[in-house]
Amino acid sequence: MFSFEPTEEQKMLVETIHRYSAGDLRSSAHAAEEEGQFTTEVINKGWELGYLQASIPEDLGGFGERSLLTGVLVAEELAWGDLAGALNVQAPGLFVIPIYLGGTESQKVEHIPQVIEEDWKTYTSALIEPSFDFDPLDLRTSAVETDGYYVLNGDKTYVPFADRAEGMVVYAKLNDQTQGFILPKGTQGLHVGERVKLMGINGFPLYSVNLNQVRVPAEMRIGGWSGHGFSAILDSSRVAMAAMAVGLSRAAFEYSRDYAREREVFGVKVAQKQAIAFMLAEMATEIEAIRLLVWEAAWMIDNSKENASKQAYLALSGATDLAMMVTDRAVQILGGYGYIREYPVELWMRNGRGIAMLSGLVLV
Amino acid sequence: MIDFETPKPIVMMNNALETVAVNMMRPVSRQFDENEHEIPWDYINFMHMAMVQTGAGSLAPKKKPEQDGEEVEKRPPIGYQRLACMLEMLSWGDVGLYLCTPGGGLGAAAVEAAGTQEQKEKFLARFSGKNPTFGAMAMTEPQAGSDTSAIRATAVLDPVTNEWVINGEKIFVTAGHKSLIDSDGFVVVWASIDPSAGRAGMRGFVVEAGTPGVSVTKLEQKMGIRASDTVSIVLQDARVPFENMLGSTEIVKKETARGFKKAMATFDATRPLVAATAVGVARAALEFLKEKLEQNGIKIRYGLPHQKLTSIERDYIDMEVMLRSAWLLVLKAVWMADNRIPNSKEASMSKVRAGDIVTRITQQAVEMMGPLGYSREFLLEKWFRDAKIADIYEGTGQINRLIVARQILGYTGKELR
Repeated sequence: MFSFEPTEEQKMLVETIHRYSAGDLRSSAHAAEEEGQFTTEVINKGWELGYLQASIPEDLGGFGERSLLTGVLVAEELAWGDLAGALNVQAPGLFVIPIYLGGTESQKVEHIPQVIEEDWKTYTSALIEPSFDFDPLDLRTSAVETDGYYVLNGDKTYVPFADRAEGMVVYAKLNDQTQGFILPKGTQGLHVGERVKLMGINGFPLYSVNLNQVRVPAEMRIGGWSGHGFSAILDSSRVAMAAMAVGLSRAAFEYSRDYAREREVFGVKVAQKQAIAFMLAEMATEIEAIRLLVWEAAWMIDNSKENASKQAYLALSGATDLAMMVTDRAVQILGGYGYIREYPVELWMRNGRGIAMLSGLVLV
Repeated sequence: MIDFETPKPIVMMNNALETVAVNMMRPVSRQFDENEHEIPWDYINFMHMAMVQTGAGSLAPKKKPEQDGEEVEKRPPIGYQRLACMLEMLSWGDVGLYLCTPGGGLGAAAVEAAGTQEQKEKFLARFSGKNPTFGAMAMTEPQAGSDTSAIRATAVLDPVTNEWVINGEKIFVTAGHKSLIDSDGFVVVWASIDPSAGRAGMRGFVVEAGTPGVSVTKLEQKMGIRASDTVSIVLQDARVPFENMLGSTEIVKKETARGFKKAMATFDATRPLVAATAVGVARAALEFLKEKLEQNGIKIRYGLPHQKLTSIERDYIDMEVMLRSAWLLVLKAVWMADNRIPNSKEASMSKVRAGDIVTRITQQAVEMMGPLGYSREFLLEKWFRDAKIADIYEGTGQINRLIVARQILGYTGKELR
């Protein structure tokens, strides 16, 4: 049966997240962007809503069952509040989810409960690399097997909380495959570089990281000697970021719509001018359409449908264009005010351009 | 629960219709495109037989019989979802031929939306009769397209004979010839019973084949959908019985805009269905493109970052995103219709998007195929021509943007012109 109605539980979860987003995230977003971070208090409040715990089973410290469909509903609502804020709250998932998806049983027991049973802590992953054609399936960071160890070399960038993370999953190319390795805090050879400054999401601390002859024991390779599949992680990262793009776009659309209804021009409201009204109509239509694409991809992954990975890729592709189009138009609709940092739309546009390169910074 | 599983009855129907499209439509597409005023009777007779047997057909799904005032319905309703899938598949075959499918079309849809129970019984029975029969809607006039308040056709009551006397000229009537001349069908003509009342005075009148004073004056020559007949109709003192005015027969007051609103309600239901036909045409073009690329050794490498994709791959992926998301929007709009959730916004959104993407996809596909795309050896150039009307009829893309805008801004027609 076709249906577009979330379950009651999903609706309640989204409502709870929405209150957090509308209250805590929205009120702290501007300061976080200017100052470079959110308070742990605000982040923890979002963490306590339990979205990640709800997707991990009880025997690992959670209380639920993994569902990407629920995950994308949550991701959209958090990003609607603030993209950087959302990425902060969800950062521990970068460490937990790959281990949950690909780890051995003992790896799951050893690493997951300590993260999700406590307050929000800095756990992270390092995937993105500083090249213009970065490709998660063709990494430059290498892993070579030597005497029962894996030796990692390479440069990573956009690594959340690298300077203080308790644990980090690092991805490297091993035998032409992308594989994840679990690195504890203080690992030899892992050098945390400068904080990277980006066009947007300044409230999300990111760092460059250099790996120089980092020796990783076999039991710290996700999946141990046999390793793990990367496609489930990649699929998750794509639908997660795509959902966030939808949330971000929705925020920009709603704000510019409300502005246009108030602002007066030539004796009428700006929204009464067809040029603006049509822009808004197209923004709204595109958001609806791409959201459905994201939902379908998430549903296909949850139900192990053929071509699910392709749909996730298409969803992110569509969401990337969506975010750029909508956030750009939101600035345009606000005119001069749209360009001023005191108003949120220019931040949303700076964040909107990021969707294309931030995939890998969140998992659901 | 959010669910994208295609219901089994629809899967089965799609398989059957795909066979129809491949065997009965595609082989004759070129013939009926080049001979615009020939009528595809083989297809028509086949579809009539098939539809009378299965009960499918009009643009409004049959409602389940009521029991004790409550609909006896164990499974969720999927009538409009079925129709959307059916129209998508048939249009994937040939949208011009699809428009020749017998059945009530927009005419029956208007009767369904605005007619009384007696009128529905009286006028709709003919579509499941022995012969393929057609229905049509006549609204547009030479000076009135998007601006329906500019309609000048009038209907004056003759109290002596209790007949409506209709005068006016209608243009761009899809299947008008088939409805009035090639079958015992009807055209629903929108005319005013009180010109001073503007839209509130508009009513739909069932004008049956054979009505004196009604003449089909022109068969248009079109860019695309050439298998479908598009005609002008002149009504000169055409007389129809009083009961042929759609809606309650006692209300002849100008204050009630109900008649016109009901016509507009028709569009909430048919708009996503027209969007579905556009998606079908777009899908045909995209699949053709993929096939030809593969024949030339080009495969789309999904999963790569954009920087590593060729231009062709990049364009194709964008087109695939457009197509799939447009279809999902149609699906949501018809799902809402089936579940009685008000869907004006989604209906118009689906039309905006589908009209847009079928234009862009077919235009891009022709360009990408170079000399082959432009050649009449392949159907792609025909689909480009067939596509354009989707953004024009049943509410232009601009009018539908206006409707969406009013919905999202909370504006009336006066507040946002």
